[in-house]
Amino acid sequence: MADGTAALAQTGAARSAAGPRRGGLHRMMRRQSTTAFLLCLPLLALVLGLMIFPAFYAGWLAMLNKSMERFVGLGNFTFLFRRETFWNVVWQSCIFAITAVFFKALIGFILAHLVHVLPAKGQRKWRGMLLVPWVMPLAIGTLAWWWLLDPSYSAFNWVIRAAGGENIAWLGDTFWARFSVILVNVWYGAPFFMIMYLAALKSVPEQLYEAAAIDGANAWQKLWHITLPMMRNIISITVLFSLIVTFANFDIVRILTNGGPRDTTHIFATYSFALGIGSGDIPLGAAVSLFMFPILGVFAIFILRGVRRRADAMG
Amino acid sequence: MNTTVAAAVSEPVSRAAPSRWRPSLSRSRKWALWGAYAGLILFAVFFLIPPYYMLVTSLKTSQQIAAIEGNPWALPWPPTVSNWLALFTDTQFPIFFRNSVIATICTVAISMAISILAAFSLSRMRFWGSATLATGVFLCYLIPETLLFIPLFQVVGFLGLMDSMWVMVLVFPTLSVPFCTWIMIGYFQSIPKELDEAALIDGASRLQLLLKIFIPVAMPGIIAATIFAFTVSWAGFLYPLAYIFSFDQMPLTVGIASTMIKADVFQWHMIMSAALLAALPPLVVYAFLMDYYIAGLTAGATKG
Repeated sequence: MADGTAALAQTGAARSAAGPRRGGLHRMMRRQSTTAFLLCLPLLALVLGLMIFPAFYAGWLAMLNKSMERFVGLGNFTFLFRRETFWNVVWQSCIFAITAVFFKALIGFILAHLVHVLPAKGQRKWRGMLLVPWVMPLAIGTLAWWWLLDPSYSAFNWVIRAAGGENIAWLGDTFWARFSVILVNVWYGAPFFMIMYLAALKSVPEQLYEAAAIDGANAWQKLWHITLPMMRNIISITVLFSLIVTFANFDIVRILTNGGPRDTTHIFATYSFALGIGSGDIPLGAAVSLFMFPILGVFAIFILRGVRRRADAMG
Repeated sequence: MNTTVAAAVSEPVSRAAPSRWRPSLSRSRKWALWGAYAGLILFAVFFLIPPYYMLVTSLKTSQQIAAIEGNPWALPWPPTVSNWLALFTDTQFPIFFRNSVIATICTVAISMAISILAAFSLSRMRFWGSATLATGVFLCYLIPETLLFIPLFQVVGFLGLMDSMWVMVLVFPTLSVPFCTWIMIGYFQSIPKELDEAALIDGASRLQLLLKIFIPVAMPGIIAATIFAFTVSWAGFLYPLAYIFSFDQMPLTVGIASTMIKADVFQWHMIMSAALLAALPPLVVYAFLMDYYIAGLTAGATKG
């Protein structure tokens, strides 16, 4: 608004025209902050009522006993610490998130480069086709994978048998079940990385590569000294984002294995669902889900720093 | 939009290449192109396996599925559309579809109303704590639903919405509003301030400013945000799974898996037909509005 009044003062013609209305503008500015607050009120109500309050309420719930009548302090947490299943969940969540994000980022990076090489006309078609997994609702896509990995009718096993191999119990064996949930997550998330990296690749000025080519740089040197440094910020934001979402993923494990075999594929979200909603022990479920909080909080701080830096760079 | 950028970027290269390098450069280019196509085909096959297999299975009868011999990947002969027709006559699919449509339309309308108003205020006006709120909205976007579904279970029970499809209209906006607001703030901030000053001098009210200038100018952003809200609520799975138990209140995502298992027998031909039809609306929207979809994805940063 300060700019506005300055702009008005500059042009005499505008001043005389705006003269009588200036009082109105001032009144508007006084009323402005109330209006601004009122416009944000629905957002505030939603965020405070359905996000911030429940987040703190989860902390309170986690300190009650199963029937939610008695305060047990940290009893639920110490109970969890003594259970082997819980430590499996912690371990599996980390394996799941780190492995899946690594492969998503790697495949996304490769795909972005492959699409980037194509002539501009063909890029659209390929990009459109490769983004399909990300557009399908995750629960629906996972249903299709469930059928592909079915114990008796698995279409992959048909291929393996045709090649002379043995059937694989995709969802019945711990190793293969872990492999499968990660595979589906990579299938779902890699296209997203591709899109982000492709946008980043297009923003790298072509002159840099030309200059490097004239200096005799090979493809590897161009990647290492130009592409990666230019994309560093977007890569880190995307990876951190994806770590949060993958860490908190629910749909894939719930549909494919529901934690089995023998609770070895449970991650925080599904374990907390199984305890909280499945067995009706709301406080214990809340306690499990709260373990995600510190990890996600750390990631969130780094993302915020990255986004701010990116915003500053863009001016 | 992206294609024009790409065209502008790739053109100078071919022109700038000195003529004596051209033979080796174009040869290595050609190899790179073939390599790129080979790699892309490989990944495209991986990415399109599930939708393709959904389609193949949905065209089979249950006898064709049960036949253990024969190639499961091949299109069945003769293909049948009886599964698709049966979905509408013999199953609760139409009810699920209706519930999904109602929940999605309401969620999109509520999300867009909340986020446009808030973004208008946060991008142009100031009040105590408005900067903090803008950052806070972004942080809220990072709170995953899996952290909130247990306390919300209590909240939903308290509000008496347990086991009702309207619970989706209540909780789905928490998934979409933060990011929609974030996108809209970005688009609104990119509108030159001179434009609203000109309108204010002409005596426009705040409401007219929003309706006649901000919304039309930021239309691409509004479309991108609407697509995001639509996709998120159409795909919503955890909340309805936790709060809805009656078949007549379920959305597609939850309903398909939970009803088409009859006495522990999976009716895969029905499940896959239903899944295919459930995946269709987002795919159709995407096919027509791909550029907006991608603009929404890459605006700021998003989940994946």
